[in-house]
Amino acid sequence: MLKNLWTFLTSPSSAAMWFILAIGFAGGIIFWGGFNTALEVTNTEEFCIGCHEMQDNVYEEYRETIHYANRSGVRATCPDCHVPKKWTDKIVRKIAASKEVWGMLTGVIDTREEFVDHRRSMAEREWKRMKENDSLECRNCHNFEYMDFSEQGNRSVKMHSDALASGEKTCIDCHKGIAHELPDMKGVENW
Amino acid sequence: MKLLSLFVAVVAFAVTVNVIAQETVNPGGLATIRGASNIDETRPAEKLKRVIKDKNPIARNYVHQPPVVPHQTRGYRVDLNSNKCLSCHSWKHAAQTGATKISLTHFETRDGKTLSDVSPRRYFCSQCHVTQADAAPLVENTFEPVESLGNE
Repeated sequence: MLKNLWTFLTSPSSAAMWFILAIGFAGGIIFWGGFNTALEVTNTEEFCIGCHEMQDNVYEEYRETIHYANRSGVRATCPDCHVPKKWTDKIVRKIAASKEVWGMLTGVIDTREEFVDHRRSMAEREWKRMKENDSLECRNCHNFEYMDFSEQGNRSVKMHSDALASGEKTCIDCHKGIAHELPDMKGVENW
Repeated sequence: MKLLSLFVAVVAFAVTVNVIAQETVNPGGLATIRGASNIDETRPAEKLKRVIKDKNPIARNYVHQPPVVPHQTRGYRVDLNSNKCLSCHSWKHAAQTGATKISLTHFETRDGKTLSDVSPRRYFCSQCHVTQADAAPLVENTFEPVESLGNE
């Protein structure tokens, strides 16, 4: 039985070449489309807060911030800040996120107390990621080139035209804890 | 006969209580600076005032007045983990950020001992320093600011 199947798979087919290519082409579309659709599903807020870890902790905190509700009705959801838009970067991030799935399966964060205990290390990991990619996810919406300093407050103009413009600092250096509560900030630079 | 007089007394008492109750029920409706409303209805809330977005420091009105906050503070947390105000107004960061330094009186405990950092009793900034909004006074006020503090 198995041997028959093996012979069938390894021997040349009697079907026409165009037929085999057409099957491969159609199969490729279905596979690739399915893969991307599945990837997009994991890139929705609904998927993110499907775990109680996210729903009860970070999501509840985020609901009080300006990225959730604001005067102009623009909202940045979880993947807007935590997943890169570019495909290759996205795949890298998704593979790295398998650690989070492992964490969920093993129940690293089952209670609020466990979450608070891990908050500093998790926040540091995210700060480091954003520092390394020059706050790419911030800049997907907040483009420095499009900023109108005459519309900003005195404090913002000073910081943005100085440290940010020179590239010395990036968004996350100053804007920590804007969408979630902060961990104990002892020893963090500028705090 | 005894029963009848008791009955009359009870009825009379009930009527008196009823009359008194009717006289003392007050539906509210007093005019206050918050507006007038009856007890049984809920007034619509006042509109929220717009907070000053970002202005230069505002002069003090009297000696030892905690300076008021001339900028927005939405989402600025002051808690056990972090103090957003001090990330600009502390001595460590004020030079770089251009913010007003906190007074050294904030380093003193209530026994007058000076600590090496902000005293816990002065840690919660918004207890004294208030974000300013464009809100007209509800009552007339004839207070004159102290001239020596740079007020005109």
